[in-house]
Amino acid sequence: MFEKAILALAVAAALSLPHEAQAQTQDELRDLKEQVKQLDRRVSDAEQAAVQASSRPASENALNPAVSLILNGIYGNLSQDPANFRINGFAPTGGEVAPPGRGLSLGESELAIASNIDHYFRGTGIFSVSSDNQIAVEEAYIQTLALSNGFTIKAGRFFSSVGYQNQVHAHAWDFTDAPLANKVFLGNQLSDDGIQLKWVAPTPLYFDIGIEVGRGRNFPAGPQGGRDKNGFGSSNFFTTLGGDLGTGTAWQTSLSYLTTSPQDRTYEDVDSTGTPVTNSFSGTSKLWAFGGILKWAPNFNPTEKNLKLQGEYFQRRENGNLAFDPAVGGTQTGGYASTQSGWYLQGVYQFIPMWRVGYRYDRLSAGTINIGLVDSGALTAADFPILSAYNPTRQTGMVDWSPSEFSRVRLQVAQDKSRSDATDNQVFLQYIVSLGAHGAHKF
Amino acid sequence: MNSILKLAAAAGLALLALPAAAALNVFTCEPEWGALAQELGGDKVSVYSATTALQDPHRIEARPSLIARIRSADLLICSGSELEIGWLPLLLTQSGNSKIQLGTPGYLEASQYVAKLEIPKVIDRALGDIHPGGNPHIHTDPRNIAKVAAVLEERLAQVDPGNAASYHSRAKSFLARWQEAIARWDKEAAPLKGVPIVEHHKAFSYFINWTGMHEVATLEPKPGIPPTPSHLAELLDQMKAQPAKVIVYSSYDSPQAAQFLSERSKIPMVMLPFTVGGTDKAKDLFGFFDDMIGRLLGAVK
Repeated sequence: MFEKAILALAVAAALSLPHEAQAQTQDELRDLKEQVKQLDRRVSDAEQAAVQASSRPASENALNPAVSLILNGIYGNLSQDPANFRINGFAPTGGEVAPPGRGLSLGESELAIASNIDHYFRGTGIFSVSSDNQIAVEEAYIQTLALSNGFTIKAGRFFSSVGYQNQVHAHAWDFTDAPLANKVFLGNQLSDDGIQLKWVAPTPLYFDIGIEVGRGRNFPAGPQGGRDKNGFGSSNFFTTLGGDLGTGTAWQTSLSYLTTSPQDRTYEDVDSTGTPVTNSFSGTSKLWAFGGILKWAPNFNPTEKNLKLQGEYFQRRENGNLAFDPAVGGTQTGGYASTQSGWYLQGVYQFIPMWRVGYRYDRLSAGTINIGLVDSGALTAADFPILSAYNPTRQTGMVDWSPSEFSRVRLQVAQDKSRSDATDNQVFLQYIVSLGAHGAHKF
Repeated sequence: MNSILKLAAAAGLALLALPAAAALNVFTCEPEWGALAQELGGDKVSVYSATTALQDPHRIEARPSLIARIRSADLLICSGSELEIGWLPLLLTQSGNSKIQLGTPGYLEASQYVAKLEIPKVIDRALGDIHPGGNPHIHTDPRNIAKVAAVLEERLAQVDPGNAASYHSRAKSFLARWQEAIARWDKEAAPLKGVPIVEHHKAFSYFINWTGMHEVATLEPKPGIPPTPSHLAELLDQMKAQPAKVIVYSSYDSPQAAQFLSERSKIPMVMLPFTVGGTDKAKDLFGFFDDMIGRLLGAVK
């Protein structure tokens, strides 16, 4: 209103024809009103154009990639010392499988940088700094943008498409720690240096198939660094099927088959006399992973309420030789064959905005383990205590509060029966925040 | 391993050999652009909208069904200005579809073609989930729809030159009807000028700007942050001192906060269709604006 009055005055002044303005004829008044209206429109258009022009970044760093930093901290209260954590019945993976430590500690800080490289490629780098100041490259890969017909190629280091949970970054997990199955079969989370080809079918029902070949840098392929070998040390075949049911339920199932050839994959144990032993496995390791996710939100609008059910089943067969190498005495080698499995099922429910509750049940089955050195009588089962038959279980409950999309505080309690001889009661209080670029709403 | 690769390639080729669908596949992030594409495309296009008027477009997840649809799209229309920042980039990288990537004719970000409101002077997350490019809900001003329609007309002709004549003639017809409708709405909405309004989210800023209404508060304490009891209590005090004439929430918002304030302040509340499909009457773009104006006029009478 005020602006218009000024404009009217301005028009009057601009016309600088006071005697005409004084002329009270209807025609002139109408003309003046029309002119004011037009000027008003032009001024507001110009104002908006000016605002837009001024908002356009003109500096060299306008092309900076999207950067985000994840910070998290945790308080842990555990009835068992996490330093001697083990999952009985399963060969240790050498991965970061132990629960967070006692007391206050900093979780993994994660720096993610991503951007389109050009019109052919997109690049992503995710670097983590652990609480003991170790820097690691979690993911660093390029991905094609210009291939058509549903094909995408990814190359570099990335989380393998082995099941669902493995591809989710720790800060986006629904619980503080990984399912036990992911700990024993994938060393917590499997990332490999490799290349992935994926094809998405041109159907309204989502269907993809893909293949990954990798260096075999980590468990289950073998020791850190992979084999000294041309070619590849691991391969993974995966397929995903998914879609919507009605107007509020989305589902996805995935199946994958990971094949690796571990060579001298070592782990530490003690023999029947308590003497430290280094055992190593060479042979083949084949892992099936089958998983399903069901998400529900009224009208697919998760703002108020939503539910997520997630479960995965893993089965692994290993065949080859196990070498027993005590600190004193000579190395002995015999055959080794195992069939082991594990699964988890979890549900997370957001009952009001910002608040979620969740429950997870984990169960592993040590299955059958045939150790040649034990069968032949050269050694006894007591010389391989970690591989003793045991079915670990764990129950976990959590409640979390997310005041915005960028912060979350979580309380988690768990009863962990990973050790055959002790129950670990755990309480974790954790915060996870994200700074910078907006995160992705991955399904 | 070789055999698996061959099998995958063979399966892929077999499916590719299927006859291509006759119509141009248009993937839109929001229903208003779907409705617009349908107006201009007619039977030459097959339109899929990733969201409905019952969904908050900020909060969508990159569901498998959306990836499946974007994979076969020939043209993508989204509001942009970071409205879909949480899910569209994921869909694009997962799509394996080069036709609708950023920088191609198949990628249309509607908000790039209109003057935006509420471009923040200060960009900081402490201010809520703000959009550095300005308010992305540009479709609530019919003049913006006309601007986007002109761009869409050209894009359709560009990605599907064979049907260019049809797109041009349909666009001409639509724009003529649209300008008439705008003139009519201008008259109908005249009583709304200067009316103080409380919004749930800044979803109707462009509508408010167009009709000359006056937004005095939002139920959200900050953009994208759900209403809190303390903020609602403050609003109640504000309404007692300077009452607004109407409280609005959109078809995807929970009505609870609006109800709370409306009951205590005795200010009428009304649900507005956020976009096409938000109410029974908002069947198309014309019905959308008819219903918005009608509902507001009914409430402030």
